[in-house]
Amino acid sequence: MNYYFPDKKGHFGEFGGKFVPETVMPALHELEEAYLEAKKDKNGFQAELELYLRDYAGRPTPLYFAERLTHDLKGAKVYLKREDLAHTGAHKINNTLGQVLLATKMGKTRIIAETGAGQHGVATATAAAVLGLPCQVYMGDEDIRRQRLNVSRMKLLGAEVIPVSSGSCTLKEAINEAMRDWVTNIRSTYYVLGSVVGPHPYPMMVRDFQSVIGKETKHQILAKEKKLPGYLLACVGGGSNSLGLFYPFLEEEVELIGIEAGGLGLSTPRHGATLAKGSIGVLHGSKSYLLQDRNGQIRSTHSVAPGLDYPGVGPEHSYLKKSGRVKYYTVTDSDALEAFRWLSQIEGIIPALESAHAIAYLKRLAPGLNRDEIVIVNLSGRGDKDLEEVSKK
Amino acid sequence: MSRLEARFKKLKYEGKKAFIPFITAGDPNLDLTKSLVLELEKRGADAIELGVPFSDPIADGPVIQRSSQRALKEGISLLKILELVRELRQKTEIPLILMGYYNPIFKFGEAEFVKRCSQAGLDGLIVADLPPEEANDLKKEADKNGLDLIFLLTPVSSEERIKLVSASSTGFIYCVSYTGITGDERKGEQDLKELISKIRGLTSKPIGIGFGISSASSAQKAASLADAVIVGSAIVKRIEKYGDSKNLLSEVGTFAERLARATSFD
Repeated sequence: MNYYFPDKKGHFGEFGGKFVPETVMPALHELEEAYLEAKKDKNGFQAELELYLRDYAGRPTPLYFAERLTHDLKGAKVYLKREDLAHTGAHKINNTLGQVLLATKMGKTRIIAETGAGQHGVATATAAAVLGLPCQVYMGDEDIRRQRLNVSRMKLLGAEVIPVSSGSCTLKEAINEAMRDWVTNIRSTYYVLGSVVGPHPYPMMVRDFQSVIGKETKHQILAKEKKLPGYLLACVGGGSNSLGLFYPFLEEEVELIGIEAGGLGLSTPRHGATLAKGSIGVLHGSKSYLLQDRNGQIRSTHSVAPGLDYPGVGPEHSYLKKSGRVKYYTVTDSDALEAFRWLSQIEGIIPALESAHAIAYLKRLAPGLNRDEIVIVNLSGRGDKDLEEVSKK
Repeated sequence: MSRLEARFKKLKYEGKKAFIPFITAGDPNLDLTKSLVLELEKRGADAIELGVPFSDPIADGPVIQRSSQRALKEGISLLKILELVRELRQKTEIPLILMGYYNPIFKFGEAEFVKRCSQAGLDGLIVADLPPEEANDLKKEADKNGLDLIFLLTPVSSEERIKLVSASSTGFIYCVSYTGITGDERKGEQDLKELISKIRGLTSKPIGIGFGISSASSAQKAASLADAVIVGSAIVKRIEKYGDSKNLLSEVGTFAERLARATSFD
């Protein structure tokens, strides 16, 4: 394998690293050691995690040939990787089971997390419940308002949801507060970050836990089609579902495409298209592309999909963009909403608004491809959480 | 010898400890920041930390978060702060230190930023989210331009990190008094004796203690352990309370004087 990132210091080329207050440095070191140990522990940690993923989370998730959709687009053959069918309704559970299990091995007694769409919060609350640890989740006021269903779910699962009312009251502020909590309770607390963002080792660890998506996809498509797909498509907020799908394909001849939130359009400031419109900077512990002003202050973002409403992106995505290995495009709120309805009606699958961004791009991509081409879209989550908000549009 | 080094030498000779107040540059506005610096010096400050406001200050508690927001609303940028430093330097020789987060500096360009800092007459830099591991470029520039780059240690720092930070830090070493964010008075003092004696065993660089010091008695206690006492949130809270009222300088000044007296002798 030629692709071997991050390096020992957590860098993906010029990106990544550990840009954190000194208090956090020993904790990151401790986490990295514990994670590398767990990674090697095939018969212990890995076997236990596999069991949870299979019997508890319902893995492997199906790779579904979307026949009506394929027919409708009159182009490439389209498969959907059904992460929406994983327990709790999104790919987030792959990561939270891994991290909370690790927390128990490290002897941590309390779990904290941030959440945007609420999917990571629900998945963390779930993993904390099944593994018996108390859990607090930071969530922006605006996201609490627009993702009420997930707030109720977290509470029912025994987690405490702590509202965050600073700034734009979304994911960025929730991460700020979770980090402040972690700095304060560093000895007892495990911080479950929900995406491939943050200081090393989080981007690497979350990618590894999520790469179960890509590994399964590879087996499944080879079994069904005896060949690899031409294209993989996934939405990118922080970038965990996309990296989870892409990672096992990085050295294959497969086109990898990430879709960012175009919000109200890239000609406006109201979007979340970090890779398309951002510049390099440091936020939440790593160097990556960022939406920032000329003074290095972080801009507020907008997307109809709370999980994509973030001014940063995982450092590995920044590397993959700069190296040209992955191509990134954007889809607007209105195109995502249209795709949300379209997929519901044509396949009977209600996608999360985040995943609907990838579906919207599929509508642009697939019709121009030959019928023997294969496109796989990561359907990263289900859309029940979005119904209330979509009905207002 | 840097201004900061000279100040610590002089204090040591006099058997005194340094009192270093922190205020956010541009809160409530840049003119008042200038007056506050001069007032704090008059009331016994030995150096001043000027906070550089950032949109996402993850190491700061609510008081300094709000202060940063007020300063950002004033349109404060690094360029304006450097201009303030330049103006102050024409009036005072007190050591001036900027404290902030890495992204605005990175965006400015490290080499250019450090060059301008030293031209403006700034003495030191503290970057809250930049551990020595990630600071190679900034350190190289700072060393070249005679700017002190101050790193932090905490009660959870390992031997290895104490060695690394003690070796990397110039000007002084900033000991964070508890695990947490700025201005948490509930935290109480954690035992810093062990940390400080470990640092003393490695280096003769001065040591400052900060975070959560809000009264004359806590300042005095910190002064008995270290060479400098840093007070931020407790002062910023008073700036928030008095805003641009005519009592601002005298209220903040009186409070600072109490802290300076408590700090002066151990």
